[in-house]
Amino acid sequence: MVQSDVLYDYRVHREPYYRPQGDEIALFLAAYKRRLPVMVKGPTGCGKSRFVEYMAWKLGKPLLTVACNEDMTAADLVGRWLLDADGTRWQDGMLTLAARHGGICYLDEIVEARQDSAVVIHPLTDHRRQLPLDKKGELVQAHPDFQLVISYNPGYQSVMKDLKQSTKQRFTAFRFDYPSAEVESEILVRETSIDPELAPRLIDLATSARRLKGHGLDEGISTRLLVYAASLMADGVGARQACRMALIDPLTDDDDIRATLEHAIDALFP
Amino acid sequence: MPCSPDSPVAQETPDSDPRTEDWRRRLDCAFEPVQSMFADGLTAAREQLGEAALAAYIDAARLLCKLGRGAEPVLAFLEGWPTVCQCLGHGSLDLVLTWVRNIQRTPNGDVLGAFFQALPATAVALGSPELLAAYLDLLMEVAQQSSPSIHRRHAILPSRALPELIRRAPPLLAQVNLHGLREWARHGLRHYAKNPERQADYFALQSADSRALFQSQRQGTLLRAHERQLDCSLRALWGDPVALISYSEAFDQLRRPQPYADANGFHLPDLRVDRNGVSGLDQYRLTLAHLAAHRRYTRALAADNVSPFQRMSIECLEDARVDTLVLKRFPGLRKPLLALHPRPEEEACDPTRESCIRHRMTMLSRAILDADHGYRNPVTRQFAELFHAQLRQGPSDTASMAALAKEYLIASRQPSDAFAQVYFTDTEVPYRDDNRLLWYFTDLDDESEDHTTAAPPPTAPASLVHHYPEWDYVTHSYLADWVSLYEHLHSRGRAEDIEQLLHRHTGLVKRLERILAQLTPQDRERLRHQEDGSELDLDWAVRSWIDHRCRRNADTRINQSVRQVRRDLAVSLLLDLSASLGDPVQGGSSAQSVLSLAQEAVAVLAWAIDRLGDPFAIAGFHSNTRHEARYWHIKGFSEAWRDEPRARLAALEAGYSTRMGVALRHAGHYLSGQKKDKRLLLILTDGQPADIDVSDPDFLIADTRQAVLELERDGILCHCISLDPHADDYVRKIFGKRFSIIDRVERLPEKLPEIFLTLTA
Repeated sequence: MVQSDVLYDYRVHREPYYRPQGDEIALFLAAYKRRLPVMVKGPTGCGKSRFVEYMAWKLGKPLLTVACNEDMTAADLVGRWLLDADGTRWQDGMLTLAARHGGICYLDEIVEARQDSAVVIHPLTDHRRQLPLDKKGELVQAHPDFQLVISYNPGYQSVMKDLKQSTKQRFTAFRFDYPSAEVESEILVRETSIDPELAPRLIDLATSARRLKGHGLDEGISTRLLVYAASLMADGVGARQACRMALIDPLTDDDDIRATLEHAIDALFP
Repeated sequence: MPCSPDSPVAQETPDSDPRTEDWRRRLDCAFEPVQSMFADGLTAAREQLGEAALAAYIDAARLLCKLGRGAEPVLAFLEGWPTVCQCLGHGSLDLVLTWVRNIQRTPNGDVLGAFFQALPATAVALGSPELLAAYLDLLMEVAQQSSPSIHRRHAILPSRALPELIRRAPPLLAQVNLHGLREWARHGLRHYAKNPERQADYFALQSADSRALFQSQRQGTLLRAHERQLDCSLRALWGDPVALISYSEAFDQLRRPQPYADANGFHLPDLRVDRNGVSGLDQYRLTLAHLAAHRRYTRALAADNVSPFQRMSIECLEDARVDTLVLKRFPGLRKPLLALHPRPEEEACDPTRESCIRHRMTMLSRAILDADHGYRNPVTRQFAELFHAQLRQGPSDTASMAALAKEYLIASRQPSDAFAQVYFTDTEVPYRDDNRLLWYFTDLDDESEDHTTAAPPPTAPASLVHHYPEWDYVTHSYLADWVSLYEHLHSRGRAEDIEQLLHRHTGLVKRLERILAQLTPQDRERLRHQEDGSELDLDWAVRSWIDHRCRRNADTRINQSVRQVRRDLAVSLLLDLSASLGDPVQGGSSAQSVLSLAQEAVAVLAWAIDRLGDPFAIAGFHSNTRHEARYWHIKGFSEAWRDEPRARLAALEAGYSTRMGVALRHAGHYLSGQKKDKRLLLILTDGQPADIDVSDPDFLIADTRQAVLELERDGILCHCISLDPHADDYVRKIFGKRFSIIDRVERLPEKLPEIFLTLTA
């Protein structure tokens, strides 16, 4: 119980809403049973993080999320020496914390991290399941409950933002995409209690925008943005303003694309 | 024919009343055709002008009669003026007469006949006396500037352009406003000032330039300007990307073409003017929606056993079905669609005198699309209801529409349908296409298959052709697609020659090597002694800790971080290959040409850039009039600096002139494809921009300046290296501060890499 106290803050206490798209829940449970590292791939805002959160809740394990970014270093994951009144003190990083006390460590958008920092996860992801803290001179054996999950968006076409082969080949993978129109509109209605008549129109708009991917848009409208737009509309914001604010303006600065999408809004919402 | 006050008045018609004779005497004009039409013309004029204005009208005709330009101007005036007067008011007569007196003093007096012939239509198009005054000024300007003259002052021959302009003005003014016409005319005056024959072609809209420039003056929404947006709309809303091809309505007088779809794509008018409050862009979108819906929902029918009326009726219902489906999917399009769809008045067509079939069809289509149509005709109402009943069950299909359409035709048939005179008003639906894909002809099948199986012979393009605009500094506008640029791969010489050139400069190479070693990026750089960082910098931390313990001020900068360092730069080198490069170096001891020095310099520079690892491209350019600008590809960004590009560099030859702007634009086009922080365009040239078809020395300088500004806007820095010691003035005009002048050309091989390294260090 002492151990679970350490990670108490990281536990998922309420069931998150997650609408399964296939058999991913059963497959994840199977992967967890063997403590296989998991990679969740898919475009931004399609429900990757929500899925991981849901699984953590279902498994009853704490979830330690690290939002990866360019400035993140290996020390942020592993831990570092800090100074305090009496001298130096070791502070565990998120990865160490999860490995030591048994939790699911979720590295969100791992390609955003520099490749050299991502390499520290390697010893935890093969049969060794251990994490050497060379600065501290300690070798952390992973807790039996520990599992590593990473998410990754293969949509960025940049060569710089890809995982190394040596990293990719340590994971089992789930491939996510935007849900089908029916499922997506069910999600919108459930999440935001938007008028069920309007939800399919929003999905039509999203489908239109997703067709423009690669023709001026880097990414289509995500389910997350749709939920934003739907919640604005459910609160009484006009359809056009809500779509403009939640779907178009965040997405693009390209005038032609903007005009196209605005026309789509005008055409879809009379 | 003589015309004098003494000549006797021609035979009088027996039934002429005395007042007419008074006016005839006042006109005092003996031309036979004038005399014969006068009585009738006067009656008509009296009706339109009123008695009061008649005197001035007759006096004006008298003046025209005495000008000695024959009967034609007088006739045209007498016939046309009442219309003009109704349109512009009587006050405009003075304007016109003043102009007539002025033009009469030039060699262009013969144009008066054509002028008065075209005047009524022109007046209708202009619509106000102020605009007429401006139009007359424009004619005067054209007359003055296009008449061949001595010392640009004394015109000796009539202008060939003026009559063309006068003749064409009414149809042209229907498409552009007077401002546009003036811009277009001035362009012709300026650019063909020395070539009266081509100038006349220009004003007759015979030349491609003339048409292109006229197009650019037309009002409305250009397809070209919104092509990408429409393309995106098609892709986004219909998931069905189809090529958009434009056709022009401007020059086709005989039959106005309609939008259509065929195997090549969607054909749309090049320009759409706002209509019924629907913007041109929205009209394009509506047409696209209609065409895309046809592609999705329509299945072609055999046309062989279908009568023309049946076809018309089937097309009408199929169009209505497609539109209904569009509106179901995109209810927001209802407003523009109903605004564009005509709404014929129910009683407008008289079935006893003309064929009402189009009128009826359009009403049915309107009744289907517009719930508030308000038509009372029972057959129309009944079939609109039948139509909706079918559509309620699903999208329906073309075949059921055909069945319904045939029934409708039978139910609504009228004996007058086959009349030759067809009622057309308000029956054209502007956003619809001509439905050519709705029909196939079985008896043509064999032939058409033959056509599709015959593949076009593959043709290997010898060179790539690009068209670029040029900047006209006088009008502050771009001349669209003004320059044709041909891009070729440069022929190859011996790569070893370039190696030898490098050997000749061993000293320089050694010196550069030391500089390059310093510039070559180290991959990672550790930044120590930082306030924020990724790691604790233990040395500084301990020192700071000691300070803290000793009660001194402790330094808080105890972290370190790592920074990635790299040169993020792409370079394009553009070589002027104009004829002057072939000249021997002035003051040089050897008989070396400037070109060979440039080759040496580029060889050294390319070696240096290659060592640094920056992507770079090399190209040469020269031009022989705007129709033939050449761009020689020597090395591309993705090519390694190996034998092949070296061999091309060794084979450089000089010739022709320096049209720099277009080359800059083209090089910039490639450079902007490079995803780098810094993009640098180096131009090596020995003189100012010039070409043999441009007489105004400032023209190409201004265009080049404009090209540089365009590139800077796109984040490309241009730096000019000029070998002309007297270049300061114009080079500064073009490149601002970004230029270097090399006074002693023989030092180029050493200077060029130095300049590059200073720019990028």
